[in-house]
Amino acid sequence: MSYAAVHDDDHHDHKPTGIGRWLFSTNHKDIGTMYLVFSLFMFFVGGAMAMVIRAELFQPGMQFVDPQFFNSMTTVHALVMIFGALMPAGVGLANWMIPMMIGAPDMAMPRMNNMSFWILPFAFTLLLSTFFMEGGAPAGGWTMYPPLVLQLGNGFPFLIFAVHFLGISSIMGAINIIATVFNMRAPGMTFMRLPLFVWTWIITAFLLIAAMPVLAGAVTMLLTDKYFGTAFFNAAGGGDPVMFQHVFWFFGHPEVYILVLPSFGIISQVIPTFARKPLFGYASMVYATASIAFLSFFVWAHHMFTVGMPLTGELFFMYATMAIAVPTGVKVFNWTATMWKGSMTFETPMLFAIGTLFMFTIGGFSGLMMGITPVDFQYHDTYFIVAHFHYVIVPGIIYGILSGVYYWLPKWTGHMYDEKLGKLHFWLSTVSVNVLFFPMHFIGLAGMPRRIPDYSTQFTDWNQIISIGGFVFGLSQLILVWVVIKCVRGGEKATDQVWEGAHGLEFTLSSPPPFHSFTTPPKVTDAMAHS
Amino acid sequence: MSVDKLKRTVSGLIAVSLFLVSGAVLAEYPLNLTEGVTPTSHRVYELHMIILYIVTVIGIAVFGVMAWSIFHHRKSKGAVAAKFHHSTTAEITWTIIPILILVAMAVPATKTLVFMEQTGDAEMTLKVTGHQWKWQYDYLDEGISFVSALAEEDNAARQRNSGIDPNTIDNYLKNVNNPIVLPVETKIRILTTASDVIHSWWVPALGWKRDAIPGFINDNWTYIEEPGVYRGKCAELCGKDHGFMPIVIHAVPKAEYAAWLEEKRAEQAAANTGADMSMDELMEKGKAVYSANCASCHMPEGQGVAGLFPALDGSLIATGPAEEHINRVLNGLNLMPAFKSQLNDADIAAVITYERNSWGNAVGDMVQPADVKAAR
Repeated sequence: MSYAAVHDDDHHDHKPTGIGRWLFSTNHKDIGTMYLVFSLFMFFVGGAMAMVIRAELFQPGMQFVDPQFFNSMTTVHALVMIFGALMPAGVGLANWMIPMMIGAPDMAMPRMNNMSFWILPFAFTLLLSTFFMEGGAPAGGWTMYPPLVLQLGNGFPFLIFAVHFLGISSIMGAINIIATVFNMRAPGMTFMRLPLFVWTWIITAFLLIAAMPVLAGAVTMLLTDKYFGTAFFNAAGGGDPVMFQHVFWFFGHPEVYILVLPSFGIISQVIPTFARKPLFGYASMVYATASIAFLSFFVWAHHMFTVGMPLTGELFFMYATMAIAVPTGVKVFNWTATMWKGSMTFETPMLFAIGTLFMFTIGGFSGLMMGITPVDFQYHDTYFIVAHFHYVIVPGIIYGILSGVYYWLPKWTGHMYDEKLGKLHFWLSTVSVNVLFFPMHFIGLAGMPRRIPDYSTQFTDWNQIISIGGFVFGLSQLILVWVVIKCVRGGEKATDQVWEGAHGLEFTLSSPPPFHSFTTPPKVTDAMAHS
Repeated sequence: MSVDKLKRTVSGLIAVSLFLVSGAVLAEYPLNLTEGVTPTSHRVYELHMIILYIVTVIGIAVFGVMAWSIFHHRKSKGAVAAKFHHSTTAEITWTIIPILILVAMAVPATKTLVFMEQTGDAEMTLKVTGHQWKWQYDYLDEGISFVSALAEEDNAARQRNSGIDPNTIDNYLKNVNNPIVLPVETKIRILTTASDVIHSWWVPALGWKRDAIPGFINDNWTYIEEPGVYRGKCAELCGKDHGFMPIVIHAVPKAEYAAWLEEKRAEQAAANTGADMSMDELMEKGKAVYSANCASCHMPEGQGVAGLFPALDGSLIATGPAEEHINRVLNGLNLMPAFKSQLNDADIAAVITYERNSWGNAVGDMVQPADVKAAR
């Protein structure tokens, strides 16, 4: 706390204590911590549901659950993971790191920050309470397609309002991040000197503001269709069930990039650190990220090629989807070029970053395959797509988040984490995640549809292998919990710079950093920003 | 030749990795897309393989560079970090080359898509209607119509803790009570629609799937080249029994198809004479109709599912006036489908009689096909 002792002496807002510190927190670090802990908790809630799914699919026949409950598991697993684990993890990292990376004392709107976090536990209480209601939890898929979703029982309005709350929380978080970056940068911290993580988050925040209201509109129309006699999505009343899919995926595809861009930002920080070499093509990374975000609003219908669109529509969305491969390729090549002729070491953050680089690319390849409309007529709604988006999300996005957690954990706690446990976590996860998801490509191509609780016997062997991979991957994540607890409690003292190759304002602060990050703005020079 | 060689190498690699994973026999592990039996499916398969090879080659190149760098440019080997941080030439190169590859992929993809969308000049039309959780098939010009659901043997085995080993059933979950029979070497127009929620009709051997959407009709076509049995499934989540509504096509030579048409027409006429039936006949037929059409929601013992599907055992409809009961089955309400397009008079009469006189219900009356006909 040496920094705080020097700069914080004329302040009276010392760190509050007790439960009030967390309930009424306006501090970006405490709120960031709450986001991350909440995210970790929801990661295990969603993971437990995945374990139920994999247990039921371990062999053909129905052993443990009924088909309706199985559908609830797949549906709520997705909602919990996307809105409860991935998005809060991204916001949590943004909260912790953005003020420290741009040389600010805190977020621009600390009370709104508090509110956007505390909405989350209420939203998930609404969502998860549906398990105890007549008619059960949502079981129509996280995509909530009507008319099926309208068959849900008493849980339906709870689902809708949970989604509304989550949207409000995300929008507030996004506004706060934009306000912070636009107004609170230190002198000399121009936009083209911002760390890539900050850049990816600005772009993510704009995507959130553009996409979340669309989702809110879509689910509101579902609500009025169910209870107020409208017929937005009911063909018998002049509506169109496919229109929901168009509206939903207009949100849904940008949502994919809302999830992935922060992870791209993280590995853009981590790889240069451990390659001891500046990020290759900083400017083209920024432009590629912005292009991906822009294009993400023009490809939504590739999620629904099989609904029967006109040929010209199918062609347009195929070409637009293929176009996204170009900026994504640029990013992959730039990361590779950053490693090229570096002086690399392979601490846990670097391992997870390289894991992201390899396995996100595998997900990118299958994504390109599915962008080809005529072949997607075969791939669509099979385990091939399940393999694709899990490769993108688990060893892509989640590995990026884990890379960031290991990278900044010593900065947050002031202690080095246990490197041996971290490496064990990485290797166990990496072997099991591939055993878990790679064979899904095969059974998908061979004809196993997704979202089925029971399957034809020809798929038994692969499903058993997949389930074993799933159980090992799930259990491996407990190592992370142990690493974090151990690191918070103590360990080797971390230096301010933490890593030999680390650059950036966050590494000029003490470890752990003072309660109000920068009370005096630092001066940023070009050499500091791009070294 | 070189493509064949590549194919052998790739399948060799897959076999090796398979061996490492489990050590079991390759043949037991399904791996790839079917080549199918239609001109469309062949094209789709070829396109799939072309793109798979392209991404495999790109993957080997990109991962190769990464791996080389990871092994050679490490601090422990004394590597000293270079200082470069951009190269306009390199960046333009790796923007242009992917664009060229993508254009090369888009050309055959566009051709295949245009080919697939030519639904004109069909010689016959099959209308497919998705219901929760069965398919209805209407041969529009031939005047044949029937409902096709999961076969009873499979249905018994898939119940939770049924005690029946799925491995004892050939093509488990891919058997139906009424398969579709289609002629080979005929351009068939296939229309898909649905009565309740969105389904998706998918037979992999035909090379495509298409959503069946309530209120809309999608058109597609197929031309089956070889006789055989082709199986598929519903591919769009459609509720609790989504995993249990398979599709079976028997593709037969044209002459055999004509004979089947005659037989099916005669069968349908005989099943719907309108003649009165005895209580035993009604109850026996009613039980079969109930388990195929009603039991998945109202449950085998009529107990329903709290909050979703009302119980029939002791319900006001099933124990009240027969007219209302008939009306409800014919026209449906909310989630309950209208069965007038799915079942004939005899089926509806039988199932209503069964529902009024089973479990705790003992109304004692009989509903005859003529009553149903009058109510239509």
